[in-house]
Amino acid sequence: MSILIDRNTRVMTQGITGKTGQFHTRMGVQYANGKSCYVAGVNPKKAGEDFEGIPIFGSVKDAKKATGATVSVIYVPPPFAAAAIDEAVDAGLDLVICITEGIPVRDMIRTKDRMAGKRTLLVGPNCPGVITPDELKIGIMPGHIHKKGPVGVVSRSGTLTYEAVGQLRELGLGQSSCVGIGGDPVNGLKHIDVLRMFNDDPQTEAVIMVGEIGGNDEEIAARWVKDHMRKPVVGFIAGVTAPPGKRMGHAGAIISGGKGTAQEKLAVMEECGIKTTRNPAEMGKILQSVLR
Amino acid sequence: MKIHEYQGKEIFRKFGVPTPRGFPAFTVDEAVDAAKKLGGSVWVVKAQIHAGGRGKGGGVKVAKSLDEVAKLASSILGMQLRTHQTGPQGQKVRRLLVEEGADIKKELYVGMVVDRGSQKVVLMASSEGGMDIEEVAASAPEKIRKIAIDPAQGLADADADEIALGIGIPQAALAQGRALFKALYKCFWETDASLVEVNPLIVTGRNQVVALDSKINFDDNALFRHPDIAALRDFDEEDPAEVAASKHDLNYIQLDGNIGCLVNGAGLAMATMDIIKFYGGNPANFLDVGGGATTEKVTEAFKIMLKTPGLKAILVNIFGGIMRCDVIAQALVDASKAVSLHVPLVVRLEGTNVELGKQILADSKLPIISAKNMADAAGKVVKAAKQ
Repeated sequence: MSILIDRNTRVMTQGITGKTGQFHTRMGVQYANGKSCYVAGVNPKKAGEDFEGIPIFGSVKDAKKATGATVSVIYVPPPFAAAAIDEAVDAGLDLVICITEGIPVRDMIRTKDRMAGKRTLLVGPNCPGVITPDELKIGIMPGHIHKKGPVGVVSRSGTLTYEAVGQLRELGLGQSSCVGIGGDPVNGLKHIDVLRMFNDDPQTEAVIMVGEIGGNDEEIAARWVKDHMRKPVVGFIAGVTAPPGKRMGHAGAIISGGKGTAQEKLAVMEECGIKTTRNPAEMGKILQSVLR
Repeated sequence: MKIHEYQGKEIFRKFGVPTPRGFPAFTVDEAVDAAKKLGGSVWVVKAQIHAGGRGKGGGVKVAKSLDEVAKLASSILGMQLRTHQTGPQGQKVRRLLVEEGADIKKELYVGMVVDRGSQKVVLMASSEGGMDIEEVAASAPEKIRKIAIDPAQGLADADADEIALGIGIPQAALAQGRALFKALYKCFWETDASLVEVNPLIVTGRNQVVALDSKINFDDNALFRHPDIAALRDFDEEDPAEVAASKHDLNYIQLDGNIGCLVNGAGLAMATMDIIKFYGGNPANFLDVGGGATTEKVTEAFKIMLKTPGLKAILVNIFGGIMRCDVIAQALVDASKAVSLHVPLVVRLEGTNVELGKQILADSKLPIISAKNMADAAGKVVKAAKQ
């Protein structure tokens, strides 16, 4: 088992004709079961063509109808990416994974509002994507560092997630699924949503939760863990040394009005029974220490 | 992106948010001319820097004669204005705003931000104008009124009225308060702002509701659709190293330590700063080179870091996913030669094509200290910086 995606998932790429979309679709196809999972691409101007054998459709709706794909991954440039999410939501897909970085926040506010009451789940934007090792990779993460196993990984950052996965691999620990939820303030799934899924996933035995400064999503997730999580959770928060008022790369990574500091988050997580470390080189080690 | 108060007020006026009349001034003569144009007998001379707390720092003064306007303008222009937001070195004042004096009956606060919790724009208002909203939130949270605004509908009249009455806008000024809140939201939404603050918002003796101050931050990712706003950027208000970095599409923030960091990815870059501190060192900067670290970008990054006073060492921490380690290794070698690096360089490479990358570093014969993982890298760079 796994969460969100597996070998039976059927994916379409929105923005399949761009350089990024092409490259990462190709990498996804080459990974594990990717060849049977990537079934469609979308580009309104190139319907009827194909990308390395993957048929291109004029709309998400057409792609879904023709191929049965229920998941999409978005590599559309920022000015048009929110509209691409809207299209996938309107077509009634199960899951949309938006990789695009730099979408205006206003666009995302409108898109999130339109999504209320709809069935579609959103991961991202500005995220590395989702991987279920040895089954399917949707996104920009390096596939070869992952392996199948009992650890769930959820993170707001990209390369720091790879770091956590790399440390697990060094210790011989594989992953059930790894979910990058993205660094933007207005986004889809939050830590708490992904933790809920890991809690219900029989393969997952423990979870690494990687957060960063800004907002209070980690605190909300930690309180939920305290009351509901049946599996051990460990955590790291990036940005202990970040000064207030400076945006650390991600649109969401800013300490404003004394809120959203790493210290605060770590304290709440500890209170809620989440084992944390202040040393990012020890994420794998503390996870190993809680595995039964 | 941040702008000055006078620029914010010009934007406010376009959206129908009432403000005092005023003109920007870059010289003492311009300040006196501005006062003459405004007429009247009371003027306010306000330092224009991006940081808050200007009044307390001595950057906002009232003048009752044209001579006094000239005197104040000459003392404020060019001063190093220190506020709680500028840091101890302060910020040099290069621009003034000269405004007509206002008849203040009540000082209130109104602000808008993007709220992660509700995923909407939230309007916050308080009866405690002139104070930091963070202070009010800590000492008297019951005095803050908040409402999440429906993005499809905009700010409803009933909600605007409730907030207005809740913070003490008198009945006689209610229609004006409502109009101001709605105009402010329109301004926020249509300019792709990330923060709008009016502190204080005032009620005058004649029950006019007026924005006596303005603070607007904009969403950098949306500036492409607002070239007029992008043109308001004042590079004098930004750290020169950060400006230089942004020209090369590098995400750079100057800190006060002596170990430079070059990392791919924002989260890993923060974690790298954290681990340097954890091992007893002090990071000199945050630097995310992003997904495409070319020789050109790495060279620029090195140049910017090498300008840091007292720089003792540089740590490169790359987890190559899409970025291949052989490509970054070659960029590091070329950049090191181009800038004739004079501080120890510790490199930790991991991920795609890592063996090739390490080979390139070894073959270069450069005095690069290679590290096998993050902990090893942090230990080695902290040690190198102490020697």
